[in-house]
Amino acid sequence: MNEANVFQPKIIAYVCNWCTYLGADLAGTNRLEYPANVRIIRLPCTGRIDFNLIVKAFERGADAVLVSGCHPGDCHYTAGNYHARRRWILFRQLLETLGIDANRVHFSWISAAEGKKWQQVITEITEKTKALGPYTAYREICQEC
Amino acid sequence: MLDELRQTCRRLLQDGAVQAVIGYGRASPDDPAVPVFISKPEDVDQLVWDDRCFANLTKYLSRKEVLSLGKLAICVKGCDERALLVLEKESQIDRSQITVIGLACDGVGQPRLAKCESCDVHMPRRADIVVGKATVPDADAGAKRYAEIEEFLKRTPQDRMAYWKKELSRCVKCYACRQVCPMCYCRQCIVDKNRPVSISTSATLKGNLAWQITRAFHLAGRCVGCDECTRACPAGIDLRLLNLSLAKAAEENFGYRPGMDPDAEPIIGAYSQQDHEEFIR
Ligand code: SF4
Ligand code: SF4
Ligand code: FES
Repeated sequence: MNEANVFQPKIIAYVCNWCTYLGADLAGTNRLEYPANVRIIRLPCTGRIDFNLIVKAFERGADAVLVSGCHPGDCHYTAGNYHARRRWILFRQLLETLGIDANRVHFSWISAAEGKKWQQVITEITEKTKALGPYTAYREICQEC
Repeated sequence: MLDELRQTCRRLLQDGAVQAVIGYGRASPDDPAVPVFISKPEDVDQLVWDDRCFANLTKYLSRKEVLSLGKLAICVKGCDERALLVLEKESQIDRSQITVIGLACDGVGQPRLAKCESCDVHMPRRADIVVGKATVPDADAGAKRYAEIEEFLKRTPQDRMAYWKKELSRCVKCYACRQVCPMCYCRQCIVDKNRPVSISTSATLKGNLAWQITRAFHLAGRCVGCDECTRACPAGIDLRLLNLSLAKAAEENFGYRPGMDPDAEPIIGAYSQQDHEEFIR
């Protein structure tokens, strides 16, 4: 297989403005290398990251989604991430019931100081998604329309 | 029991305690009961009560035209009554302004609906007036509560996805499931917002899936399992299964069943620092 044929997953990262986005920024200013498979979408807070956005990413052909924000206790809006965490617990059950691959939906807390963690998380998710292969199940649904 | 119900309502109207009673009536002998809004004492004979009184009438408490009738009394079964508590907790109704008539219930439908098989609220618990006596549910009735979803989850993920694709391909986006739901009281539903369009509203498999994910998840930790959506669906889609999966998650993770315990804090709109997060990196 030549380089062009290697599967390059598309990973959508929904991150909060105050922690994970700055963490990713720090990774950049520190010249930490991580796979270019990730597309970062910045939102105010994990509490604002609507589950519809996760679904939408799959509709548009994402192979994996990451949702990431401030560590518990550090949310810029005090409790947005606590509310989000609770919804994620329930949302994961819905994914399971629908047969949507939960291995493709990732959650993390990455602070503004954790450029290194950002690098690690993105590298890991990219490797894992490469091993899983393209996520066609949801994409097919959208192509049938 | 019917006489008792009619007398109770007649008295409430005559005394002026309420201006209207929301109850069940019969439009045609073979069909399920229809909602009726009785405002004159002499009309109470229109009220019926039998095992075809499916509708969850609490839906009407968020309708402007119904509220404009004045002070209300409403007939509820045990399962419907749970919806009242959720509406109260979400500040949608002023419970002290409503007279709640609880109907003792041995189940609806021939054969009994699935929800009735595992029902543990045959007798309304927080009604102002309770009419009739219901059989006491078996102590283990509730144990079967999640039987269907547990069975479904034994299938492979591919199989589950295939099931929903097949089922939801029939959805015609009539939104009947939303219209009957007492908890769907948004003045403007997210699918009716077009600036911006946040979810695909086309009646395609993609749009149908997006819609049901949205509907089910907006009811997570709120759905009381009256199953009216499933009954309303003209396409015969088992929406109950989706709702059950979230109800199960709510009970397993938070020990919470919507509308059961007036002292329990609703799980949505609240949080605990102790919520588990082993799945978060
Ligand atoms: S779930 Fe319970 S209260 Fe509701 S209709 Fe069935 S038996 Fe009656
Ligand atoms: S009631 Fe059935 S057909 Fe109508 S929108 Fe809901 S799922 Fe679709
Ligand atoms: S601002 Fe980062 S999670 Fe709320």
